[in-house]
Amino acid sequence: MTAELGRRIVQPILSSTRCFKRVYSDGIKGSNLKIAVVGSGPAGFYTAYRAMTLLPGCKVDLYESFPIPFGLARFGVAPDHPEVKNCQEKFEEVARSPNFRFVGNVKVGEDVSLNALTENYNSLVFAYGASIDRELGIPGENLDGVYSAKDFVGWYNGFPQCFNLNPLLSDSENAVIIGQGNVALDVARILLTPVDDLRKTDISEHALEQLSRSRVKNVKIVGRRGLLQSAFTNKEVRELFSLKNCSFVPLEDKYIRDYRKDLSSLKRQSKRLVDLIDKYTKPDSMPLPKKWSLEYLKSPLEFLPSNKNSSRVGSTIFEENILTEDKITGSFRALGSGSTVTMDSDIALRSIGYKSTPLTGFSDIGVQFNDKRGILVNEAGRVCGGSELKPIPGFYTAGWLKNGPTGVIAFTMGDSFDTAENLVQDYNLGILDLSPKLGFDGIKNAIKSRVVSWEDWEKIDKFEKANGAKLGKPREKFISTEQMLNVLG
Amino acid sequence: MSARILSCSISLASRPVFSSVIKSKLVSFSSSALIKARSFVSSTPALHGHVHKPKPGEEINVTFITKDGEQIPVQVAEGDNLLDIAQANNLDMEGACGGSCACSTCHVIVDPDFYEKLEEPDDDENDMLDLAFGLTETSRLGCQIIMKKEYDGIRIALPAMTRNLQVSDFDRR
Repeated sequence: MTAELGRRIVQPILSSTRCFKRVYSDGIKGSNLKIAVVGSGPAGFYTAYRAMTLLPGCKVDLYESFPIPFGLARFGVAPDHPEVKNCQEKFEEVARSPNFRFVGNVKVGEDVSLNALTENYNSLVFAYGASIDRELGIPGENLDGVYSAKDFVGWYNGFPQCFNLNPLLSDSENAVIIGQGNVALDVARILLTPVDDLRKTDISEHALEQLSRSRVKNVKIVGRRGLLQSAFTNKEVRELFSLKNCSFVPLEDKYIRDYRKDLSSLKRQSKRLVDLIDKYTKPDSMPLPKKWSLEYLKSPLEFLPSNKNSSRVGSTIFEENILTEDKITGSFRALGSGSTVTMDSDIALRSIGYKSTPLTGFSDIGVQFNDKRGILVNEAGRVCGGSELKPIPGFYTAGWLKNGPTGVIAFTMGDSFDTAENLVQDYNLGILDLSPKLGFDGIKNAIKSRVVSWEDWEKIDKFEKANGAKLGKPREKFISTEQMLNVLG
Repeated sequence: MSARILSCSISLASRPVFSSVIKSKLVSFSSSALIKARSFVSSTPALHGHVHKPKPGEEINVTFITKDGEQIPVQVAEGDNLLDIAQANNLDMEGACGGSCACSTCHVIVDPDFYEKLEEPDDDENDMLDLAFGLTETSRLGCQIIMKKEYDGIRIALPAMTRNLQVSDFDRR
């Protein structure tokens, strides 16, 4: 046992020396493998990390369209959840490896072609996430005051294209959020949190300034199915329950009473949700300045303009739904009942999910993108293509592009490890093309944009932290690519 | 997904991982060389886990059981948490949120004989356990288990972090 444990632990040290030379002609295992990962969010970094751990000799170049790394860990995670961003410490550790290169400010498909990548790497991993949000496709969706939650999140998180959203908060009392995932709850919490509690976070200054003038005091979070189909996690809903100066409008009994009868048959998460709602429902407590509610079994039909301003949303019509269970699959569907209900909505936010878009050149390299689902067709992360839609050795995918836009970072981590392990398995099976490749050196002269290195990012990072320190915040993000590049001179 | 979780919620007492007797000699607590060995980044050792060296005579014995069934006995000091201990000993346990109870990546399965001795998980931990893959009746987060003398002899199983199908998975499906 002692000897075995010793071997286990000593192996990583040995693997960086000549000891493996007899087994792997190139020296360290994986040293004949060059991988390009597209997208530097959690999926990209965790896939790189796992592959580099299992194949200590492999080289990974991580391509990112922005000059800054971390994807949704930077632009998605709410500013009042700094602990969730701690995953960045691991990513920084990965980035310090001599086998890793960050290639920032390079849009794959525009600044460099996919063909150039396939020619210069043995393997490609697509992990660029889901960048567009789903629309409802109902009348009135273009009225002023109707926003996508994605843009709203981008606005308070300093996403370059969203800083000028200017949501109409200063003359709005009633907000309706359509959708009940964690993004919807993040948006509700940012709208309801006392603004002074956000000042010490890395929320963008322009958002703080406008939130300080917000008059929103009534937030309804509306789902088309029932309580147990809520997509949010219990952590997020408990945070809403715990907000200061804000009361939870008791859930209508009809949405919960059936579940109380048979709590033990519910799965853990659902049982805790029912318990949480009962625990935090205080019908007789003093009214507080702000309130929020969960609304169920309602699908939006139309946004109506307000009486005062015909270009601005004033109310939302919902159809009430009936929940039906598919006995074979166990899934629940909402069927319209024909009756409607109208909610005042000075602003409305749709938060019904994200979609990935294909890269220019996917057809050139023969991989198949599923437009309807907004994902890259894959089997456990192995990207598929060809007439039989079979996995194509060398192409992999991870994260939201692989699965669709769900899952917290912990899920994405495990799932990205899956992808990396399948890549390594294919390497071990000898089905990857391991002919010598130039990697970044082979394409650097063809890249049309100014490449941002990890050292460049560290410089941007230093500036953002210094700008934040002046405001008593951990960071003040640059809100445009130009600002980021300017500090690099 | 839910069916999978339910299927894992069987009593751990019957699990083979906890049934075998550890006869091996205890390997002492990690040295700095071992910490260095864990990281694949040669220039920057992974110094996660500010673990303490136990005082002679006050060692607490913990046995980790890896997902492959390998048993790794270690001696640890009171007050250190299982995430830090696992990382200091090069075990395959991630702490994506840095041990702040904001993710479920340090999910461990606790020896049923010791589960009741631990303090109950609080709401924050329960929120994260909701999301742990392959949750069991005695699942906990490693970062929330702070070692105490009473836990001497505890065994901790590390669940698979990834969901790649193993041959054995097909039997259960």
